[in-house]
Amino acid sequence: MKIGRRCFLSFLIGGAAGTALTPLPWKLTDDLSIWTQTWPWTPVPPDGEINYVNSTCMLCSGGCGITVRKIDDRAVKIEGMKDHPVNNGGLCIMGLSGLQLLYGPRRVKEPMKRVGERGEGRWEKISWDAAIAELAQKLNTVRGSSPESVACITDESFGTVPHLFKRFMAAYGSPNLMITPTIQDSYEQTLKLMQGVDGIPGFDLENSKFVLSFGCGILEGWGSSSRMFQAHSRWTETGGKLVQVEPRLSVTAAKADKWVSLNPGTEAVLALGIAQVIIKDGLYNKDFVEKHCAGFEDWEGEDGKKYQGFKNFVLEAFTPDTVARLTGVSANMIQDLATNFVGAEKPIALAGRGKGYTPGSLHEFMAVHALNALVGNINQEGGVWTLDRPDYIGWGEPAQDPVAQKGNGTPRIDGAGTERYANTRSMVNTFAEAVNNGAAVEVLLVSGENPCYTLRGGEAVKKAFEKIPYIVSFSPYMDETAAGADLILPNHTYLERYQDVPAPFGLPIPIIGMTRPVVKPQCDSKHVGDTLILTAKKMGGSVRDAFGWENYEACLKETLGDLWGTLESDGFLVNADYTPPAWDMAFGDESKKFQFFNESYAHGNNKDIFSQLRIEGDPGAFPLILVPAESMRIASGPVADTPFVMKTIPDNVLKDKEIFVEVNPATAAAYGLRDGKSAALSTPAGRARVRVNLCEGIRPGMVAMATGLGRSANSRYIANKGVNFNDLIRPVPDPISGLDSAWGIRAKLERA
Amino acid sequence: MKSTNTQTKKYGMVIDLDKCTGCGACMVACMAENNVPFKENESNKQDSITWLRVYKMDNGKPYPENDICYLPRPCMHCEGHAGHSPCVSVCPATATDYSTETGIVSQIYTRCFGCRYCMAACPYHVRYFNWWDPVWPEGMEKMLSPNVSVRTRGVVEKCSFCFHRYQLAMEKAHYEGREEIEEEEYQTACCQACPADAITFGDLYNPKHKVFELKQTPGAFRLLERLGTNPKVFYLTSRDWVRKQGDNYLKNEGQVIAKGGH
Repeated sequence: MKIGRRCFLSFLIGGAAGTALTPLPWKLTDDLSIWTQTWPWTPVPPDGEINYVNSTCMLCSGGCGITVRKIDDRAVKIEGMKDHPVNNGGLCIMGLSGLQLLYGPRRVKEPMKRVGERGEGRWEKISWDAAIAELAQKLNTVRGSSPESVACITDESFGTVPHLFKRFMAAYGSPNLMITPTIQDSYEQTLKLMQGVDGIPGFDLENSKFVLSFGCGILEGWGSSSRMFQAHSRWTETGGKLVQVEPRLSVTAAKADKWVSLNPGTEAVLALGIAQVIIKDGLYNKDFVEKHCAGFEDWEGEDGKKYQGFKNFVLEAFTPDTVARLTGVSANMIQDLATNFVGAEKPIALAGRGKGYTPGSLHEFMAVHALNALVGNINQEGGVWTLDRPDYIGWGEPAQDPVAQKGNGTPRIDGAGTERYANTRSMVNTFAEAVNNGAAVEVLLVSGENPCYTLRGGEAVKKAFEKIPYIVSFSPYMDETAAGADLILPNHTYLERYQDVPAPFGLPIPIIGMTRPVVKPQCDSKHVGDTLILTAKKMGGSVRDAFGWENYEACLKETLGDLWGTLESDGFLVNADYTPPAWDMAFGDESKKFQFFNESYAHGNNKDIFSQLRIEGDPGAFPLILVPAESMRIASGPVADTPFVMKTIPDNVLKDKEIFVEVNPATAAAYGLRDGKSAALSTPAGRARVRVNLCEGIRPGMVAMATGLGRSANSRYIANKGVNFNDLIRPVPDPISGLDSAWGIRAKLERA
Repeated sequence: MKSTNTQTKKYGMVIDLDKCTGCGACMVACMAENNVPFKENESNKQDSITWLRVYKMDNGKPYPENDICYLPRPCMHCEGHAGHSPCVSVCPATATDYSTETGIVSQIYTRCFGCRYCMAACPYHVRYFNWWDPVWPEGMEKMLSPNVSVRTRGVVEKCSFCFHRYQLAMEKAHYEGREEIEEEEYQTACCQACPADAITFGDLYNPKHKVFELKQTPGAFRLLERLGTNPKVFYLTSRDWVRKQGDNYLKNEGQVIAKGGH
């Protein structure tokens, strides 16, 4: 048969038409898409019974209630607990992704002992019995010579776990327990000095109608971020006003009704400038100031000396012209701020910069708090309240043997609680310096904290930690401190353990939350409370006698007593009807008055007290000022971002492994820097390679860098991306509290 | 059992940009709810899968007049004209479809063969292509939800308005002998998570739902409205410059209209 052209074409067309009419090509396409989508490595999440567990988030000091959705015994999603007094259903970005910490690759899966060099990452798995025996033996050995050379860094002040650490250290014989200070410590000292109360602050912000914030990261995570977001939304609905005083257009500044930019570090000066206008124009709350305040007018002290009162001090030294010159805020604006503040219903002034990790300058807190006193908004609706510290832990002091007594009698290595810093509980900021200067630390215990990342000072911190011969980490995650430790005794994560979580920062009502095991422990970890109890028992002697509990759960149940039932069923216990004491009962000082000034801190030169804050660095060598740019999307505390949260970081903050710094275009032009280009950033504390992000939302002459990046340990999703801000800044002790008040550091930015 | 017609619904969202703080909780709530994958480097935003992305807007003015605003962008679930949304019109595999029952634009992964026409057609960039197979570190697959299929390499994915939550709510309602669900029974994960209560979700047709009133707020706008995509996500703002960036305008356009008046 001869195949002609016509025949060939017919065959071709017929064949094509025939194939098209059969289901074959469609079936093949369909099959192909199915085949290419059913790979054995694609997980198929098993179905099961949905159930919910209520608990409390412990990723920050906010104390938000969480509801965890589970499928059988797998936790699949964390959501905010509805009607919870703190967060009422909302939850922040980290809280929402907490399961990535629970199930994540950064977990320390079992107790581990270092075998290689420090930080090399070579570990030997050991049993819990062996680990506890080793720690107990080590502690007993050190106790024989110098118990005070055991130091401990932990993150929380209240609740049974920090109390177990306090008890352990007291029974052991070391005064060197350091609880990382925050703005809560500065507020507590402000309340102590000005109101004479030993309490914790609460801010009735939901009811405030005018919020004057001096750099507080209200929308960057100030206490419970969800609570602050809800308060802010309420202000937009009810006409409440937010004024943000800050040299950078942070999210808080952008969402505020007014953004007041000022020369960095002059916040306290501006506050006193506003006070000056209020006093000069006679706008202050006379009822409160005249009846319930001391130190407002000049007075004669018991020593016969004349003291200048707050009124004349401010009137003389903080005239609008002077303040305008220092702060860069116009005299008209100062006048407006003052009249709007006093003219508003329920105004409140807030201090405590950014997320509140740096305690800050006590002068600044006191200057700002003086504004609250001038409008009488103390212990009033919409104002600053005082609450008692939680007092449900009634263990009594542990018995101390002579060794413990001797150890506890030695001075603290960080200088807290000395005559100079009498009101300060602990100063982690001086720890590295103290160690480098020869303070003997034989053993360092670290729980809930990550000082190798969070402590400021870069090289000095590294050097100090290298000098400490034995570091024990209780971290559930392989963070920077755990990676450089000698022994890791991993705690359960907050989703696997019981723990009481009392007194979240800034909440104006007393509340105790409880975190509970949402799932059974995923690794061979142990509750840090149990580890402490077991270690004490193993050590024997008076340390053992201080820990009579069988285990942590028994200790918690016994401590909470009647409260346990409610906490077990509801997840929290709240006194929603709390009202703070009235003015005549509010002030604990002998005078029963609010102290604008008093002799204990007013002597000397007042003008020095409230001056522009110190900043480290020589302006000649370092012409710019570096400040932190804090964000909800980058966790900057001990725990790093989760992979989900890393996805939300904009590409002009972090691109590949490079971090950007915000620079005003005018400043960039002066230094020949171009958008997106590399630059060398140096400060007196360290140097780093960065890229430039030209940004109109920052004051000229400044550089802002994201905090929370530059983690050296952790998983590949987070590690070695960007630069750690804490390596570029050094702590500056506050003259009154001794706590770190460094809000920035001088810097130089050059083309690279 | 006799099946009854369900009432026609049109689910949509109203987002108050004055309340939104750009915290990103909605983004992460969405990722956790919908088994969205993640990889080592997510800083190339073109291949970083975020069903809901929060954009930062800038008024472009110099310091200190500079202002920023955040804008969460889920899928707009465009109705177009009679359900002809841009993506649905171009999909050769019927992998994406417009539901006339709920007004939700679906995405059926097993039908998608990855031609990405829909991505080109979508003016909002809400669609993402899986260039790689998702990989969960060992142990992290435990947090995967069985309510949403895990995608593979080669398919397009996007926001579904948490359609599985609608299905679950309807199932529950039917089980309890009800034909319809209440407003709070079906809420998207982002809306539920938003700590600022900036996102409101519900049936735009239903006068009892909060979105019904909110979408009529004076000044409420939708993104790129002039394209005729008829999106179902409304935005509220008190800032004019934000509203103006929501669409493309000719220079001085507002002024010309104001002067016109014939």
